[in-house]
Amino acid sequence: MTSHMLLSLALRSAAVGYVLLLIFLPLAALGQQSVAAGWDRFIQDLSAPQAAAALWLTVETAAIATAINAVFGTLSALVLVRYEFPGRWLLNALVDLPFAIPTLVAGLMIAAIYGPTSVIGTWLQQGGLTVLYNQPGIILAMLFVTMPFTIRSLQPVLMGLERDQEEAAFTLGASPWMTFWKVTVPSVLPGLLTGVFLTFVRALGEFGSIVIVAGNIPMKTQVASVYVYGEIESYNPQAATSVSVLILLISFVVLLLLERLTRRPGERLPQLFRWSSRNEQPGQDSAVPTAAH
Amino acid sequence: MKIEVRGLTKKFGSGTAVGNVSFVVNEGELLGLLGPSGSGKTTVLRLIAGLEVPTSGDIFIDGKRVNDLTVQERNIGFVFQHYALFKHLTVFDNIAFGLKIKKWNRHDIEQRVLELLALMSLDGLGRRYPHQLSGGQRQRVAIARALAPRPSVLLMDEPFGAVDAKVRQELREWLIRLHTDLNVTSLFVTHDQEEAMEVSGRIIVFSKGKLEQAGSPADVYEEPATEFVARFIGSMNIVEGIVRRGQVQVGSLEFPAPGFSDGQKLQVGFRPYYVKVAEDATRYRQQAKLRHVYFLGVAYRLEIETADGLVLRSRMNKEEFRRYRFVVGQAVSFAVTHFRILPQESGGPSTDIEAGKPIPGPLTP
Repeated sequence: MTSHMLLSLALRSAAVGYVLLLIFLPLAALGQQSVAAGWDRFIQDLSAPQAAAALWLTVETAAIATAINAVFGTLSALVLVRYEFPGRWLLNALVDLPFAIPTLVAGLMIAAIYGPTSVIGTWLQQGGLTVLYNQPGIILAMLFVTMPFTIRSLQPVLMGLERDQEEAAFTLGASPWMTFWKVTVPSVLPGLLTGVFLTFVRALGEFGSIVIVAGNIPMKTQVASVYVYGEIESYNPQAATSVSVLILLISFVVLLLLERLTRRPGERLPQLFRWSSRNEQPGQDSAVPTAAH
Repeated sequence: MKIEVRGLTKKFGSGTAVGNVSFVVNEGELLGLLGPSGSGKTTVLRLIAGLEVPTSGDIFIDGKRVNDLTVQERNIGFVFQHYALFKHLTVFDNIAFGLKIKKWNRHDIEQRVLELLALMSLDGLGRRYPHQLSGGQRQRVAIARALAPRPSVLLMDEPFGAVDAKVRQELREWLIRLHTDLNVTSLFVTHDQEEAMEVSGRIIVFSKGKLEQAGSPADVYEEPATEFVARFIGSMNIVEGIVRRGQVQVGSLEFPAPGFSDGQKLQVGFRPYYVKVAEDATRYRQQAKLRHVYFLGVAYRLEIETADGLVLRSRMNKEEFRRYRFVVGQAVSFAVTHFRILPQESGGPSTDIEAGKPIPGPLTP
């Protein structure tokens, strides 16, 4: 074994060890705790009406927030990449703000805008829509904290998409609308899926902003993370663990799906231990086999 | 189908990319638009395709004015410089794309795609993705995709610009054969004069958005209509002198210029192979010094300098070169056996002689 191979093995071991230590170990501990009390207890915890309602509400609102951000995030990314307009740099910088702001602060901002004392809040109230301490508040909070995901995942792939491909579709007779669906969207699909799935997973786990905006009304505005917090506070770690594990499982499945879907057609997973890189694809070609004519 | 362009002009902001260009591509012709980068040739192609809107001028395809038709309605095949294949689709689906848009039925689509795969020597590659193909294969998929819906004309932007030299040579020969077989009216853009000469039946030379000359490769090479064409196509010695007693005088060289008046400034051009050089100082009338000898593979190029400091290039085939024993720095004699008086650039000295009409000069000064 050469020193180069040793070094490369050491690097890989370090990377694997890092992921195991930081992510896998806590996960395993949680999993262990949840099954320690038995499978029946796990099911029982989840089927408690308040827990089930919280879980369902979380998945439902996260799905709605994801759908909204998928559409508007795509539009925003398109505008930011394709159009020149004054203040574009500022808008581009603002996109990352939700990442930088503590989610509690985000909750306070939303409460300030849509609260019963604000102009917008009052106006919406008159129209019959209560935002605070209600489901729209949850969705708004989720939209805010997950906004950067779709935009930031799409921007690089949109920039990498040559206009040529869309023009090629035009010359083949495809309308702009058809070109958008058959060429643009499929070309940026890996980026779009990454954005959408990360949005969903992040929304599932959101706590800080939701607890401010929606409060903690059981069966109405209590999402899973808030429920877990409540159970811990009331000395019921077992129920908290069970609900946490289910949320984790959902997230994990979603992320596995993402990894599977965004792989390029005909591509294989990188191998963990590979000594020599083999030349894969064909690639070689002597232009035109002259025998054909 | 015939393509005709009349008075085509395209302005971008304050710049003019294409200025008042008119030409015709005859039915079944393979025509090359040749010019340096930035000369507006690609813009002309995009205007014909409908990917750009002309500032003024008309475009006719098959005798029908198509200015008001969208790119989708023009029924053209377009091959992009960097292929522009749909990366998320297989080779088969790339070629089938235009047919699906035109709502062909499945059976016909499959038959047409298989037919094109065979024609392009791409058999068996239908299920590959573009990133699994070589440059030459991608280019052929791009041509197949453009040809699939049976376009009335085929437009190609630098079709071989993105493949390496060896593959390029094979693709050229293949394109000529393909064109002979299909006989679809084709227009392609290139900055490579050699490629244009070899592939096209006729060449149109562009410079700075203007049409410089249209003609067969031989015409453009042997009878360049402007100084630009003379310099751009092949290699040419160009010297400038003033007319005295019916002769253009360039140092000790004299070129007969019948019909031009004394005192007029003229440019004279001659190809390197019309400059004959010998070791023997008495063989030809003019004297010079040999500055350099370049080996070109098929021939030699000699660079000579006259006592007046005029540097000329000469080309000599291997057999002839071997008969001499040239030593760099030695004195040689030379003669110019053919030359042309180059047409006056517009804005030059006024003349009562028809500008643009070259005068052949078969004489030895």
